[in-house]
Amino acid sequence: MPPPPLPPRHALSTRLWHWVNFACLVFLFMSGLTISNAHPRLYWGEWGFAPADAWLILPEFPGWMTIPGTYNLAEARLWHFLAAWPFALGFAIYLIVALRRGYFRDFILRRNELRWSTIVTDLRKHLKFDFAAHFGRFNLLQKFLYIAVLFIGLPLMILTGLTLSPAMGTAWPWLLDIFGGRQSARSIHFIIAWGLFAFFVLHILAVLLSGPIGQVRDMITGGEKTA
Amino acid sequence: MIGRRMALGALMTGFLGACSKVAATGPGASLLHAVENWNLAAHRLITSRTALAREFDRADISPTFRGNGTTRPDAFDYAMQEAAGFANWRLAVSGLVERPLSLSLGQIKALPQRRQITRHDCVEGWSAIGEWTGPQLGPILRLAGLKPEAKFIVFRCADNFSGVPYYESVDLIDAFHPQTIVAHQLNGAPLPVKNGAPLRMRIERQLGYKHAKFVTGIEAVASLADIGKGKGGYWEDSAGYQWYAGI
Repeated sequence: MPPPPLPPRHALSTRLWHWVNFACLVFLFMSGLTISNAHPRLYWGEWGFAPADAWLILPEFPGWMTIPGTYNLAEARLWHFLAAWPFALGFAIYLIVALRRGYFRDFILRRNELRWSTIVTDLRKHLKFDFAAHFGRFNLLQKFLYIAVLFIGLPLMILTGLTLSPAMGTAWPWLLDIFGGRQSARSIHFIIAWGLFAFFVLHILAVLLSGPIGQVRDMITGGEKTA
Repeated sequence: MIGRRMALGALMTGFLGACSKVAATGPGASLLHAVENWNLAAHRLITSRTALAREFDRADISPTFRGNGTTRPDAFDYAMQEAAGFANWRLAVSGLVERPLSLSLGQIKALPQRRQITRHDCVEGWSAIGEWTGPQLGPILRLAGLKPEAKFIVFRCADNFSGVPYYESVDLIDAFHPQTIVAHQLNGAPLPVKNGAPLRMRIERQLGYKHAKFVTGIEAVASLADIGKGKGGYWEDSAGYQWYAGI
């Protein structure tokens, strides 16, 4: 009997979600920048409208960064919602599939990884563009980053986004309580959006530095599991 | 580097061009607009008809309440009304009703009143909190007696936007919602002009542009097709804003 084939490096559900999620996040971020331009001030608490109330006043983002390319808040909102549905549903489905099949086991932090010396060594290695893992598939910074994105960033984007809706604030008033008000939720939504953008930049950099053609090919075809 | 930047620029221009084409043409545009119905259906699925928007304490009221949109109607008639302290203001209740009404401010203040401290969310992103007082819309509609074919309530306003009197509309679920009131007071004082004096709607589960100001008429209709350009409100018709503004 031939040995069973090795599982792919990236499961089919992971690959599907990766690309659907990528497309959704591009549309969400770029239409989000139009929404930012509509009222480029951020506040804490439930209310805020004047420059004096704001903790941050954002610059106006140029047309090449926004959807649509010329200012149109009504259309930007439609793109934002159109992408938000597959983003939120796709994330929820992937979370269930990945948890059931144990895909997140690779992210579990081990006790000997959580020492300062290991963290510092890992940081130093990253600065020298050495991304080899100490244990298992992912190195320490990768684990931190993926845990932050998957279990903090993406869920908070969905929940803070829902909190901005007056109808959702009526249906689920606990949303307003956990974020300390609608304007706080809006501030957190904007902060995490930029955090995810920073993750996107790091992610692209890491792919470029670790054999981009093979990386992208494996995220499309699945590749072969090595570790 | 310049070459790469130009390539990125060309890529972005092509992408954005494709987006605007999708938004403008048949199936792409219908998909884009279908999402408004998904939002409405999802909200209605998880919310009871009478679920209340959060009500706050007096301590939560914002120090001022921003006036947005029209902050002073430019019509001569409005100036005359304001000079007379709105003593001659009438609210017409018309359309598909058994008994058309024309209510004075005195009659409106004599109806059972509701007071609510709620948060107002503008589509652009800001929020303010104020205390509103006025009769619920539901009992007014019952007084007039809606005909069975009435499906929407249209609000007619005294302010002009580029020559068009402002108008908005809601379905009967929002019209009969307990927090949907015809407000004549903000924070215990008669409505300031910038906030819609003498009468404005409160549609608490939707965004600010649904809360018509300077209201002169309430009209029951079977369809929104003959109202304005058919999308149910001034901003819906003129700039493509969503008729359902619960998000």
